[in-house]
Amino acid sequence: MTWLGDNWRTVLDLAVSHLYLAGVPLVIGLVLALPLGWAAKRWAGAYPAIITGTGLLYTIPSLALFVMMPLLLGTKILDPVNVLVAMTIYTVALLVRTVADGLRAVPDHVEQAATAMGYRGLRRLFGVELPLAVPVIAAGLRVAAVSNVSIVSVASVVGVSQLGDLLVDGYNRVIWGELLTGILACVLLALLLDLVIQAGTRALTPWVRAQGGRP
Amino acid sequence: MKRTTSAIALVAASILGLTACGSGSDPLTAETTAAATGGGEPIVVGGANFSESTLLAEIYAGALRAKGVDASTKLNIGSREIYLRALEDNSVQVFPEYTGALALYYDKTFTGTDADEVFAHVQKVLPDTLTVLDKSAAEDNDSIVVTAETASSKNLKTIEDLKAVAGDLALAAPPEFKERPQGIPGLESTYGVVFGSFRPLTGQGIVQALKNGQVGAANIFSTDPAIAANGLVALEDTKRLFGSQNIVPLVRADRADEVKDALNAVSAKLTTESIAEMLKQTDIDKADPKTVAEEFLTTNGLG
Amino acid sequence: MIPSLISWLTDPASWSGEDGIPARLLEHLGYTLLTVVLASLVAIPLGLWVGHTGRARWLVSLTNSVRAVPTLGLLFAVSLLLGPRISGELAFLVPSIVVLVILAVPPILAGTYAGIEAVSPAVRDAARGVGMTGWQVVRSVEIPNGMPLLLSGIRSAVLQVVATATIAALVGLGGLGRYLIDGIALGDYPRAAGGALLVAVLAVVLDGVLALVQRRVVSPGLTAGTRPGRGGGRGSGGGRGGLDGAGQDVSAAGKDSSDQMVEGERFAGETRAPI
Repeated sequence: MTWLGDNWRTVLDLAVSHLYLAGVPLVIGLVLALPLGWAAKRWAGAYPAIITGTGLLYTIPSLALFVMMPLLLGTKILDPVNVLVAMTIYTVALLVRTVADGLRAVPDHVEQAATAMGYRGLRRLFGVELPLAVPVIAAGLRVAAVSNVSIVSVASVVGVSQLGDLLVDGYNRVIWGELLTGILACVLLALLLDLVIQAGTRALTPWVRAQGGRP
Repeated sequence: MKRTTSAIALVAASILGLTACGSGSDPLTAETTAAATGGGEPIVVGGANFSESTLLAEIYAGALRAKGVDASTKLNIGSREIYLRALEDNSVQVFPEYTGALALYYDKTFTGTDADEVFAHVQKVLPDTLTVLDKSAAEDNDSIVVTAETASSKNLKTIEDLKAVAGDLALAAPPEFKERPQGIPGLESTYGVVFGSFRPLTGQGIVQALKNGQVGAANIFSTDPAIAANGLVALEDTKRLFGSQNIVPLVRADRADEVKDALNAVSAKLTTESIAEMLKQTDIDKADPKTVAEEFLTTNGLG
Repeated sequence: MIPSLISWLTDPASWSGEDGIPARLLEHLGYTLLTVVLASLVAIPLGLWVGHTGRARWLVSLTNSVRAVPTLGLLFAVSLLLGPRISGELAFLVPSIVVLVILAVPPILAGTYAGIEAVSPAVRDAARGVGMTGWQVVRSVEIPNGMPLLLSGIRSAVLQVVATATIAALVGLGGLGRYLIDGIALGDYPRAAGGALLVAVLAVVLDGVLALVQRRVVSPGLTAGTRPGRGGGRGSGGGRGGLDGAGQDVSAAGKDSSDQMVEGERFAGETRAPI
C-alpha cells in the first residue's frame, strides 16, 4: 500500500472532513427526530402521516438533494453546508420512525407504573420512556451513521471534498491504491462511528448490564 | 437521570469532538499552503473534474504563490455548467479555460476557428464580471478517437471518414457532449456524422469503454496520454469543428490585476507538448499533480 | 424552479425516445426487479438455513458489515475490474447489477434470518410434536411465521436498489439516474429535479405494492390481535422495512415485549438505509 504511505496526510484531512459531514448531521438529526418521533407515538392518528412523510424524504436521491440545496437555501454551489443540511434531512427521515418505534416498544405496564409513581409528562418522557427506548434508537442511529458515511462520499461529484475524492480520482486515473484506500477509509470511519454509538448506548443503559443481558 | 444526561452529552461530545478537531483547521475549504508574503485577499483557483484541469489549476496556484499571492486550489468541481456558477458566486476567482469552448458557451451561434478570432470573440461575449488574461499557445481540443483496429479496418483518418460508418458505432462521451454545440449537434451539422448510439460516461469510463470495445468511438481530449498509451487514433478535425482551444485563465474581473502578471507569465511558457508530457506523468505514471506542477514552474523560472 | 420542473415533466419530448420517461422508468424497474430476484435467490435460502439450523450466525453479521462499503467506491472498483472482461452493452449493465445485488443481499438476509429466528421455540416444538420433518417445519411453520420480517427485508432492499441505481448512472447504467447525472452535468436542473421526483415516486409506488403483497401473503393468524398504537406486546421494532409503518404491526408469535424490543433493535440495526 505504497500509495497510502505517500498520501496519508491527505487521507487524514479528507477523513476529518468526511467525519464532520457525516457525523454532525447525526447529532442534529437525532435532536430534531426526538420531538417528531414523540409526536408520532403520542398521537396514533399522526403516526402514519409523520412516518410516511419522513419516509418520502428518504426516497429522494442524495445527489439531487445536494444539487437542490443551493437553490433552496441560497447558499453557494460548493458550500459544504449543502451537504450538511441534506444529510441532516436524511438522518431525521431515518430516525423519526426509530424514535417512534422505540417509544412505542416501552411496555404499557411500565408507563403506567411510572405514572403511578408520580412521573408525568416530560419527566416521564426523559426519565423513563426515552432511557428504555435507547436500544432501539441507538440501533437506528447506527444504521444512520453507516448510511451517512456512504452517502457523503457521493458529494465528490458536486465538488465537496471528502473521502469520496479518493474514489473519484482513484477511478479517473486508475490508481488502485487510492481507490482501495478510499473504500477502506470509509469502512473504518463507519466502524468508528458505530463503536462510539455502541459505547454510548452501553453507558446509557446500565440496567441491561446489571441484568447480565445483552446491551 | 443524571447519568443518562451525562452519557448522552458524552456521546454527542465525542462525535462533535472528533469532527471539531479537524474543522478547526477548516478542511472544508481548499487546502491552504504556507503563508504567502504578499498582502491581499486569498485567491482560489478552481479545477474541473478532469486531470488536465487539475494540473493547470495547480500550475496557476503555484505561480501565484511564487509571486506572493495567497493562492489555494479547489479541485474536481464538475463540468463547466457547475464551475461557472462557482466563479459567479465568488467561491473561486480563477479558472483554467479554453477559448473555443468559452466562445461557444456564451454565443451558441459562433463559428470562428482562427485562434485570434476566437480569443477576440471571447473577450466580447464574456459577462462583465469575468475576463480572460493572455491566451497560451497550448491547446487541448476535443477529439473523436477510435482504436487502431477500427481506424485500419474502416479506413478512418479524418472525422469526415466516419460519415459512412458512424451509424454502426456507439460513441462514449461525457453527458454534456450530447447537447453542447460542439458535440453531437456539431458533428451532425458540420460533418453529417450521426452515431448509432450515445453512451454517457465519466472520466476513465470513456477510455475504458473504447479500450474494451464496448463503444466504437470516444470523445477524448487531444492531450490525454491515454491516446498514445493505448495506441488509439485521434481522427483529424479537417473542418475545425472543435475550433481553436487555447488554454487561457478565466478570472473574475475584480481580481484580474492581482493575478495577471503571474498567470500571463505561465501562459507564455505553456505548450501543447509540455502539457501532454505532464499529463503522461500524472495519469500514466500516477505522479502527484502538485509535484508535476511545481517541477514545471521551477524549470520555467516561474516557481 | 418548480415551473421549469413542471414544464420538463409535461413536455412531450420528455416522454418519447430512448431517453424518454417511460423508457427510463422501465429500465429502472427492470434493474430493480433483476437485482431483487438475484439477491433473493442468494439471501433467502441462506437466511432460511442460518435461521433454521442456528449455525453460522456470523454470516449475517458479515453481510451487514458490507453495508459500510461506500456504494460509489464499489461501483468504480467493480467497473474497472469487470469492464475489460465483458463485451458489448452488457459491460455497462453487469458491474452495476453486481454491485446492486451485493448491497441488496444484506437486508433480505437479515429479514429472512430475523423472521425465522423470531419463531417461538414453542411453536417449533409443537410442529415437531405433530411429526413434521425438518423440511416440513421450514415450509409449513417457519416460512409462514417469518413472512412479515422476510417481506420487510425485501421492501427495504427494493427501496435501497431504486435509490442506489441512480448513482450507477455514473458508470454508464441507464434508468432514471440518467436524468439526475446528465441533468447535473448539463446544469439542466429541471431535468435533474424531474429525475429525482420520478425516483421518489417509483420508490413509493413499489413500496405500496409490496405492502399490499405483504397484507395478502402474511397469514391472518399472525396479524390477529394487533393494532397500531401504544402498548407492549407489539412487534413494533420487528416488521420494519417499508415506508408507511404498516409492515411493523405484526408480532412474531409468542414473544414478550422486552424480547421484541431487543429483536426490533437488532433488526433495525440490520436495515440499511438506501443511498
